Amino acid sequence: MGLPEYPRGHFGHYSLITKGGYVINKAFGFLIITSIIAAVLTGKISTITADSMSAAAAGVTRVFSLIGILTLWLGVAKIAERSGLLGLFTRLLQPFLSLLFPSIPKGHPAMGSILMNFSANLFGFGSAATPFGLKAMKELQSLNRSERASEAMCTFLAINTSSLTLIPSTIIALRVNAHSANPAEIVGPMILATLVSTFVAVNADFLCRLFYRKRGLL
Amino acid sequence: MVIQLINKLSNWFIPIFLLAVFLHGSYKKIPLYDTFIEGAREGFNLAVKLLPYVVGIYVAVSLFENSGAMDILLYPFRPVLKFLGVPEEVIPLMVVRPLSGPAALGITANLIEKYGPDSYIGRLASVIDGSTDTTLYILAVYFASVGVKNPRYSLPVGLTSDIAGFVTALLVCQIIFS
Repeated sequence: MGLPEYPRGHFGHYSLITKGGYVINKAFGFLIITSIIAAVLTGKISTITADSMSAAAAGVTRVFSLIGILTLWLGVAKIAERSGLLGLFTRLLQPFLSLLFPSIPKGHPAMGSILMNFSANLFGFGSAATPFGLKAMKELQSLNRSERASEAMCTFLAINTSSLTLIPSTIIALRVNAHSANPAEIVGPMILATLVSTFVAVNADFLCRLFYRKRGLL
Repeated sequence: MVIQLINKLSNWFIPIFLLAVFLHGSYKKIPLYDTFIEGAREGFNLAVKLLPYVVGIYVAVSLFENSGAMDILLYPFRPVLKFLGVPEEVIPLMVVRPLSGPAALGITANLIEKYGPDSYIGRLASVIDGSTDTTLYILAVYFASVGVKNPRYSLPVGLTSDIAGFVTALLVCQIIFS
């Protein structure tokens, strides 16, 4: 889960990709502006006022209904972290990691941070994953020392952005709140979809890496 | 057979995970309640952080649907969507998902509330939201944090895997839930 944790003070460098953060601003503006224009055209202008008020109130209700599960899950996450269960899981993943990141030397601290980031993501501890992820980037940058992304960074982010989730706790909470007969029934299908998207990410990354090397692209 | 297995897995996963965490914690002699409280304290703050994102997107999406703007803009694509079996209600979710996690969560919450958690749309939205991540946001924040300016092929790779996730979510939901 990408929770709103902007690491303020780190935005010294703007680039094409950093502007990606602004796409949401354009999308937000687009939704509101086209809606009002459409309401004028379709003669539904009176709905705009009532709708915006009731939607805002509904948003607040929705967030407050999530407080319970967020609290529960963060508490459980702390136990898993403190007891070393997260670390244990991390060691299980180790052999796969060496395969995925051939450019990282054995025993380099970047590997540990990447593993912790992946493990935290897998269990839906989104807020715990971000600090590990940023630490992993810092360590990868110590191997890279360039303004150009390294191959290991690209692989790391390909897997990270493809979403690694085994327990979508927030989604389940939303379903419980809406009185689903079986709130957890989406876990299996979701794991399947995640597996496929991660598989595609790893392969696309691999092919791009070969292509960039072959063409000598920067 | 596979479908039954997936349903079983869905129901057992969380209880087993919780059991493993608490068993391992007590085996390692962790003060379970104190540690729980320490982590759980952040829950409220996290919800408060989430609040403005969700309210903003709730208003935007609600206006977009109820004003008729979505109907007008999706009109030309309707035959294609119908052919692919994509319910047009989930289109905003697919567009917003790579851009902002909290915003996508707002849309998913809205769809679950409006159509019911056990409707096809409610289930599909749940799977889509859970199985992909905020590609653009993560790339922007992670690269910016170390001063990398050339992201190379990471954006196309990320978006390709998002699309793969959407397609699989659609296929799996069509097979399992309908």
